[in-house]
Amino acid sequence: MNRILKTFCAAMLALIPVAAMAQIDGEFVKPRTGKFLLQNATVVTVTKGTLTNTSVLVENGKIAQVGTNLSGDGAEVIDCSGMYIYPGMIDSGTRLGLVEVSSVQETVDYAEIGNVTPNMQALTTVNPSSEAIGVTRVSGVTTVLTVPTGGLFPGTAALINLNGYTPDQMYGGFKAVVMNFPSSGRRGRFDRRSDEDVKKDAEKSLKEANEIWENAEKYTDLKKAGAELQYYPEMDQLSKAVSGELPLLIVVDAASDIQNAIKWVEGKNIKVIFSGVAEGWRVAEEIAKAGIPVITGPVQDLPTRQSDRYDTPYANAGKMAKAGVKVALRTDEEENVRNLPFHAAFAAAYGLGKEEALKAITINAAEIFGIADQYGSVEAGKRANLIVSTGDPLETSSQIHHVFIDGYRIPMSNRHIRLYQEFLERSPGLKAN
Amino acid sequence: MKKLNFIFVALLGMGLNYSHAQTQKGSVLIKNATVLTVTKGNLENTDVLVQDGIIKQVGKNLAAPSGVQTIDASGKYLMPGIIDAHSHVALDVVNEASSPITAEVRMKDVVNPFEIGIYRALAGGVTISHAMHGSANVIGGQNATLKHRWGAKDPSEIIMEDAPRTIKFALGENPTRVHGRGNGIQPRTRMGVEAVLRNGFSEALQYKKNWETYNAAKTQKGNTLTPPAYNERLQTLADILDGKIIIHCHSYRADEIYMLINVARDFGITKLVLQHTNEGFKVAPEIAKYTMGASVFADWWAYKMEVYYSTAFNAAILQRNGAITSINSDSAELIRHLYHEAAKTQRYGGLTDEEALAMITINPARQLGIDDKVGSIEVGKQADLVIFEGHPLSSYTVPQMTFVDGVKYFDIKADPDDQRQVVSATEMVEPIFLRTEEDHRCLQDVDAYFEAFQGAFLEEKH
Repeated sequence: MNRILKTFCAAMLALIPVAAMAQIDGEFVKPRTGKFLLQNATVVTVTKGTLTNTSVLVENGKIAQVGTNLSGDGAEVIDCSGMYIYPGMIDSGTRLGLVEVSSVQETVDYAEIGNVTPNMQALTTVNPSSEAIGVTRVSGVTTVLTVPTGGLFPGTAALINLNGYTPDQMYGGFKAVVMNFPSSGRRGRFDRRSDEDVKKDAEKSLKEANEIWENAEKYTDLKKAGAELQYYPEMDQLSKAVSGELPLLIVVDAASDIQNAIKWVEGKNIKVIFSGVAEGWRVAEEIAKAGIPVITGPVQDLPTRQSDRYDTPYANAGKMAKAGVKVALRTDEEENVRNLPFHAAFAAAYGLGKEEALKAITINAAEIFGIADQYGSVEAGKRANLIVSTGDPLETSSQIHHVFIDGYRIPMSNRHIRLYQEFLERSPGLKAN
Repeated sequence: MKKLNFIFVALLGMGLNYSHAQTQKGSVLIKNATVLTVTKGNLENTDVLVQDGIIKQVGKNLAAPSGVQTIDASGKYLMPGIIDAHSHVALDVVNEASSPITAEVRMKDVVNPFEIGIYRALAGGVTISHAMHGSANVIGGQNATLKHRWGAKDPSEIIMEDAPRTIKFALGENPTRVHGRGNGIQPRTRMGVEAVLRNGFSEALQYKKNWETYNAAKTQKGNTLTPPAYNERLQTLADILDGKIIIHCHSYRADEIYMLINVARDFGITKLVLQHTNEGFKVAPEIAKYTMGASVFADWWAYKMEVYYSTAFNAAILQRNGAITSINSDSAELIRHLYHEAAKTQRYGGLTDEEALAMITINPARQLGIDDKVGSIEVGKQADLVIFEGHPLSSYTVPQMTFVDGVKYFDIKADPDDQRQVVSATEMVEPIFLRTEEDHRCLQDVDAYFEAFQGAFLEEKH
């Protein structure tokens, strides 16, 4: 009897995990890697023209081949007839992964306290599980630069791919020390400083920046000379920009500030990228002459001055490109990064042109970041960051059907889509009463 | 004496100005456009004749009456003027945040016809905006429906006088923060919001009854009743109960939307439009049955806790459940490309061209009670029209010309750089505004009431 009871209990205990599992409905679709053959698409390579009836073979996270009659041996074949393949889009300035809900301070991790904090690493705080990442990547934006904000040197930005479970898995191979160039602009209507105070603050801030930079140069010289230095993480990180190990991403918008920034960079042997550049069109020739690449945006933004033409933010990228500036685009967004292709479309319509607009969110960004050997176009040997869509992904009427990041096939789902599936036809519907 | 004369003349002048605030009406023949009527299908190679601000004819091979200018729109698209059911453009002040109920204040009194935002909206094809009170109070002020007659100097010239009255309500985080947490008075919770609504309407019923009793008695012989004290706030609430005012309620979460629908049903209120309504998709059948629908963002979410569980498919779900749905801006930036915002309903939910265009034309017109006058291209309607290069739902489209009452207020080919009507006399250097903090105005002007927050309200969106 006792033995029977014991056996019975043991049997019941053994059943518990099965019973627990049985209570879960459905299957979670994970991103999965493998060998994929995307067959018979129109491939918009960006760098090598548009190829019709062409297939793309994805293997080991890379684009293995682009061509016709590719062998699909052992590959999962995805029929892409009537579809278009584009490289994954790159947003060159966001706060994606650094914030969950903007008004809830506890979830806002992009702005540290302090004026000189270049050692704050955006990559450290990227939350791979942020809802916004899942929402963004199904739009075809596969890679973003995520940028800390705040003081003069607020931190170090990092390029991330929108797939992975740790920041290191997401890391896209580019970092830059961020500098908010001392600004003579106003931060919005609540900024009620007098004209004189605005000017004074900018001058004071620039003087401070110069002092800090000189110190960083001294620190770098000492480091090079092998001196034993005290622990000074801020200077250590700045010295990487001084020595050219990391580029300096200078956020600058007002025309006179851009001119000052160009002067400031002169004579310094450093790698520089401008970001923001809202009034770049006013001084486009000077930026082109200085040879500094620009990440501009948001495109869907208000003019900086009341007297400006209504379309200046739309036309800004096109005017700079025409002057010879290398231009990439950013949304400067967090949860709305998925609008990147639409920002690009507006830039295209107001002077940049469709081809250049597509480049501004693919190959130009890759070139500016120095990673064009891996990103920004559909070419054999590059990382398999790809999208398959029913048409031009910059058009709202197109649907993105597949997204690949680092060769991983991304599930085309997220909370927005799940809510749609649940509530399109709610059950129970309207309760009669 | 002299001084008195001066004042008299000045007063006379002001009076004249007011009585002469007549709006301009135009006549024009637009030829060979693809006409997107919204309510009557799409008409290829079609002409639209406008006379004295009214659409007189829609057809082929129309001839221009003498003196009427002809515009060739071959290869271009003509659609009704875009209507934004939620805007704060052209308002000097947005919030009277001094009480949970401020039904007596009117946005009509703070309209600024010189705001550059009007011109920028016209350049995006928007001809009518619903200039709303902010969301600080459970029952806020009365809104103004504006016609974008750029260049008008008198505020009354841009107010759409034949539009019905509307009023702003607000639920959730904003009123509970301003009044409950900011000022220590009810409401601090969504329960308190319901109480403010029910208490307000119950008091208004009592007020109404007092007047009805008095009015019935005053015709009787020997009546000695004195009239009840007039109260503009309660009178406005009574007007809502009488169906004279359309409620436009800022709301996000499904629970609070459901609560408001129940309150409205209990008080017999049917003229109710929900604004923002990010979780409207969860109670779409109820919204469809009991309200005049929802006016929503195309894709905004996650900027605050009550919009974290949103979906960009909201508009599509509401539409498919039969709710009147419009796409609004609530932003001086977004108002410039509402055609693009509407197009997002195709990416998120696959709506048809006609459904998407209705969300920025006839649907907001219905929600503002002006669908008999505007919102589609039909004979007899007011000639608010936009010409686009490229289909208006394409991401690459560019608005070309915008007409209000047949008068052209925007023409991309004749668009001088500086469109300002007035320049501040104290402004030595024109300020440069970086980024668009200025377009988030739902809680503007609240800071003055709550100094302790030190402007934190201004950084808050919606």
